[in-house]
Amino acid sequence: MAILEVLRYPDARLKQVSSAVVEFDERLHRFAADLEATMRASPGCVGLAAPQVNYFQRIALVDVSAKPKLPHNGRMLLINPVILEQHGAVVGREGCLSVPDFTGNVLRAERIVVRSHDLDGAPHEYRCQGYEARAVLHELDHLDGLLFLDRVESPRQDLFRRKNYK
Amino acid sequence: MKRWYMLTVVGADRPGIVARLSETLYHGGCNLGEASMARLGGNFSIMLMAQTDTDIEALRLLLAPLARELNLHVHLDRIEAQLHEHVEPNLRITVSGADRAGIVAEVTGALARAGFNILDLYSDVAGTAAKPIYVMIIDGFAPQGAEALEAALAPLRKTGVDLRLTPLDTLIG
Repeated sequence: MAILEVLRYPDARLKQVSSAVVEFDERLHRFAADLEATMRASPGCVGLAAPQVNYFQRIALVDVSAKPKLPHNGRMLLINPVILEQHGAVVGREGCLSVPDFTGNVLRAERIVVRSHDLDGAPHEYRCQGYEARAVLHELDHLDGLLFLDRVESPRQDLFRRKNYK
Repeated sequence: MKRWYMLTVVGADRPGIVARLSETLYHGGCNLGEASMARLGGNFSIMLMAQTDTDIEALRLLLAPLARELNLHVHLDRIEAQLHEHVEPNLRITVSGADRAGIVAEVTGALARAGFNILDLYSDVAGTAAKPIYVMIIDGFAPQGAEALEAALAPLRKTGVDLRLTPLDTLIG
């Protein structure tokens, strides 16, 4: 396992759209282990997407289980993830390893259903809510070349669009 | 040597003040840091960090013509400042109620006694002239978390002020 270098905005590579994983091979297993080692090396980090470490395939890792009192699915390695459903919307504060020292408010769905594949290509469906749903959506954005900076709202607008704004 | 200054600029609001101010500073050799502008009661106000190797008098002279032309009050302070030193809040306190004098003093007094550090504060008077309502949103850091503050704020709820505490946990992904 290796700790990979994290690309930082304004590196243009972060805007690249990643392509689907086709080969579920040994190389994919090795990369997933490196991605996880890189995420675990940053205290407090709850997700990391492949393009953040200069690897442009649709792979993201999310694990919010260290946060107290949150519903979660444990460690989720999401390969070729697709959002099947999203419900509600809630504003929350986000930051990103690729955008150091800046945090902002982002509106995200409150509950989602995501389908993805595991390292052996088997499909899985996850139901996520709240903080975990936010983490998944944040990471999936990276696969499409989007950063939370593309979605950040003025803190002054918070009052007018809090929970369940539809 | 580059030094940081805090510029405070206040005046009647009109379109273009930020552009004129920042152009003047840029052409005068300043680099801007963090800034916060707000329109308060129809007045323009901005506080901004500017870095330059000139002294405070030269900065004053640079801004004097613009201040005269746009009728702006400019206040300058030499400051010790660092960028990239943000503190992440862990609690939001939303305050609202019928407007009356003293809400801010009472709420922030209780917060200060409980060790809460305010990092960002936004407040507004809304409603109507006959029945104004007061709204305030405070983000800050509570060293002991939300529970410790609940007790400190409880007496205020009895005075008709609505208070909501929302823990903030910034997602890093």
